[in-house]
Amino acid sequence: MALDENGKRIFKVVGTRPPRPDGIDKVTGRAMYGADATAPGMLQGHILRSPHAHARIKSIDTSEAEALSGVKAVVTAKDFGLPDDESVLDVQDNCMARDKALYDGHPVAAVAASSAAIAKKALKLIKVDYEILPHVTDVDEAMKPDAPIVQTGRAMEDLPDGLSENVTYHFEFGHGDMDAGFAKADKIIERSFKTAATHQGYIEPHACLASMNSDGKGELWCCTQGQFYVRELCADIMQMDASQLRVTASEIGGGFGGKTTVFIEPVALALSRKSGRPVKIVMTRDEVFRATGPTVSSSTDVKIGMTKDGRITAAHATLRYQGGAFPCGTVQFGAQSAFAAYDLEAVQTIGWSALTNRPKEAAYRAPGAPMAIYAVESVVDELCQELNLDPLDVRLKNAAQKGTKSSYGPTFDDIGLKATLDAAKAHPHYAAPLGPNQGRGLSCGFWFNFGGNTCVSMNLNFDGTVGITEGNPDIGGSRASISQMAAEELGIPYEKVRTIVADTNSIGHNDVTDGSRVTFAVGLATIKAAREAIKEMCTRVAKIWDIDADAVYWEDGYAKPSGPNAGTFDPMSLEEIAAISAQTGGPIAGHHEVNADGAGVSFGVHLVDVEVDPETGATTVLRYTVFQDAGKAIHPDYVEGQMQGGAVQGIGWALNEEYIYGEDGLLQNPSLLDYRIPVASDLPNIDTVILEIPNPGHPYGVRGVGETPIVPPLAAISNAVSRALDLRMFELPMSPPKILKALSSKV
Amino acid sequence: MVKVAIWGSLRTATDGQSEVEVEASNFKQLLDQLAIEYPALKPQIKRGVSLALDGKIYRESWFTKINKDSEVVLMPYMVGG
Amino acid sequence: MKNIHVSTTINGDPTEFICNPDESLLDVLRNRLGLTGAKEGCGTGDCGACSVTVNGRLVCSCLVLGVEAEAAEVETIEGMANGEKLHPLQQHFIDGAALQCGVCTPGILVAAKALLEKNPNPTDTEVRYWLAGNLCRCTGYDKIIKAVQSAAAEMRGA
Repeated sequence: MALDENGKRIFKVVGTRPPRPDGIDKVTGRAMYGADATAPGMLQGHILRSPHAHARIKSIDTSEAEALSGVKAVVTAKDFGLPDDESVLDVQDNCMARDKALYDGHPVAAVAASSAAIAKKALKLIKVDYEILPHVTDVDEAMKPDAPIVQTGRAMEDLPDGLSENVTYHFEFGHGDMDAGFAKADKIIERSFKTAATHQGYIEPHACLASMNSDGKGELWCCTQGQFYVRELCADIMQMDASQLRVTASEIGGGFGGKTTVFIEPVALALSRKSGRPVKIVMTRDEVFRATGPTVSSSTDVKIGMTKDGRITAAHATLRYQGGAFPCGTVQFGAQSAFAAYDLEAVQTIGWSALTNRPKEAAYRAPGAPMAIYAVESVVDELCQELNLDPLDVRLKNAAQKGTKSSYGPTFDDIGLKATLDAAKAHPHYAAPLGPNQGRGLSCGFWFNFGGNTCVSMNLNFDGTVGITEGNPDIGGSRASISQMAAEELGIPYEKVRTIVADTNSIGHNDVTDGSRVTFAVGLATIKAAREAIKEMCTRVAKIWDIDADAVYWEDGYAKPSGPNAGTFDPMSLEEIAAISAQTGGPIAGHHEVNADGAGVSFGVHLVDVEVDPETGATTVLRYTVFQDAGKAIHPDYVEGQMQGGAVQGIGWALNEEYIYGEDGLLQNPSLLDYRIPVASDLPNIDTVILEIPNPGHPYGVRGVGETPIVPPLAAISNAVSRALDLRMFELPMSPPKILKALSSKV
Repeated sequence: MVKVAIWGSLRTATDGQSEVEVEASNFKQLLDQLAIEYPALKPQIKRGVSLALDGKIYRESWFTKINKDSEVVLMPYMVGG
Repeated sequence: MKNIHVSTTINGDPTEFICNPDESLLDVLRNRLGLTGAKEGCGTGDCGACSVTVNGRLVCSCLVLGVEAEAAEVETIEGMANGEKLHPLQQHFIDGAALQCGVCTPGILVAAKALLEKNPNPTDTEVRYWLAGNLCRCTGYDKIIKAVQSAAAEMRGA
């Protein structure tokens, strides 16, 4: 759906900052999250997890647990079938280990009991006979031919010699003559980088309440980014019809990509089916860290050639990602996005993905992009230093723009990168003085964004108010922005619209809330639904006026005769039309179902000043400014919120957050004390500059904004720290011990 | 005939060609034709692909019209966080 | 273990409950009294999502035993608004878009209220250090700090 031709329209509601519809529930504690629901006769479900990184499960004896008073059901992999679809089987195996425990924390059995205390006691009575196997957690180690094999039979097609069977995917992108490009360079820098796995770190642990009836009907309440995908996965795993399983998404306490799959939901359903009672499972934080989420960890080589005046002549990257114990294609997005910000004649990226004995990777905000762009932007910064060039000028000189053949293939349409860089250059932040031990860094960021399957239903109530039913959990204020777009299109006040997120039996399929798609795709469908309702209203009014439907048009909330030939009639408001809709043919509604395309890519630039304490190795972020193209900011507060929140997650990734595995393959820091996410006192204000370069693929010009902001901080902070220390950093996180170690090696 | 750009690692399936030509006027025909002429592409098409048409990324959309002079790039299936 | 009977006051209302001696105040509030506004984000006192006050003191209710509420005054998020009238902090959090997913919001509001009772005119740095025990993963804290300050300004003026 293309940008409206009146692209310069004056918006009345879009672009304002009204209160969000879920605000009062959330500030009073009334909002219902995953763990807040109960059901009559509800049991507590608890999961037994592997204490080993890699072990064959020789046998599981559940008899003592089953005999414990208060225990109503125990399930193991034997209680699940074997789905035909390999990807579904992977999900199921991740929820409950079949033959082998593949990582520390992998579920091996589960209990439902009348109390949490009894359930926990029962877990201790389950006897699992393990044969401990050698393990691997590092990506480079996992790719070596003699590495322990995590899962056999999962190697990529045509596995090259000299690589382990753990290597599951290989991707290559690029164009141009690399040798000729590097030959033109005055300076070539080649470096290697590592990034640790990080966790999405949503504050709400996974939670669900499942109820299976003996007639085959099921109810599932859970915190998820996509109730429809949960239904499809669970129906497949439980071998039931999708229509018989109603999934209701609770309010969601953060997701960031980590709640786009299932972990406990099939287990709760299986326990409920076996016990005949509703079963609730709530993860502990320890379980969240050990068995959900994290990102890939990465190992990357980047080589870039540049002329003395700052033109990049050739760019190459090899990326190696591990995504845990199941095949994970995330490296493709890293390989595609690594050089997306640049207009290059010669570019090549190669991506490899390997299995390790770690939890299965889950999407995290722009999955795969931050670590790739971190490595690239670090080398670009080092080239700028070596050639004594201004890093913003170099980005501007090489920036991708409309007509650029992107590093991943397609030619860019209207994009906002240059405007974003110009805004950064003009901002006072870029010219502000720096003190001793301080450094300034910057980085570009990119994400594809997408649309996807979307259904919206809009109903006009008899009193002239409007209800919107959509199917995407609201993770960042989307009910507000969708209500705004409806109000804009209908020409009525925002307060007259209420948007709700429906369960799986109340509206058609909606893809997961991911890919920065909701404001774009649900917004687009809402606008279309409104236009359908408007058409129907105009038809009704035409009948009342006894003129052609074409002779009635809609403006600012009123149906009006289109000109003198149509006749002279007083405009009729939406409220008036709705009030007599029973008399004119029945309730008025609009709906739209679409697989939305044309999401429009998103670019951002982050600017950061840091100070590094050479005594302690601690880095303080002094000033931070985010510049991003939002296409059109529907609710600027929540656009800023995405920019600020993403930036801070990236700051955590750059400075502190990491999965630490011991020699034993066990996760050493599965708590929020030892896995340190940024707290308020770690941070300055995060300043934001929203640019609006309309997306040609949306009637109002909306681009997704949610993911791009996590991409630039990694390199921006690494570049700032490297400049502050006058010592290039090659590994994340740059925690104080690592900075001290780097300083001690400085001659 | 429509020219389709093939990403690097898939080129083993197209005899090393970075661009192939197939007869198609929409995405469905294009994917069907690719699978017939280059059977080694089938596993990836089954796993999922996106198509970029004149710079715009489409994830499915069989009936999207392709013009003779359109830029078509085969891409992996997009997901996100 | 035998349950213990506890008499307490929650949000000004006399309240009685029984609980296990090893049961946390958070579990009592959520599972026995239906006060699910306080959230369990970690169970180890690291995230602050379960913040409540006991006799005016800000605590993580996951680290307090239910039996410690005996004869105490407990305040939770459910008691912050006065009927329909939101507390200025609650209003400014909505007006200033200081929440996204909202799961940390009850704990942050309870903590911020406790701060403003001690220090009605904090600096940004004081607010940031006071709230350092309350993790938020969505907002980057920027709008939270601003909302606390605008609520503080309104409360000082009132």
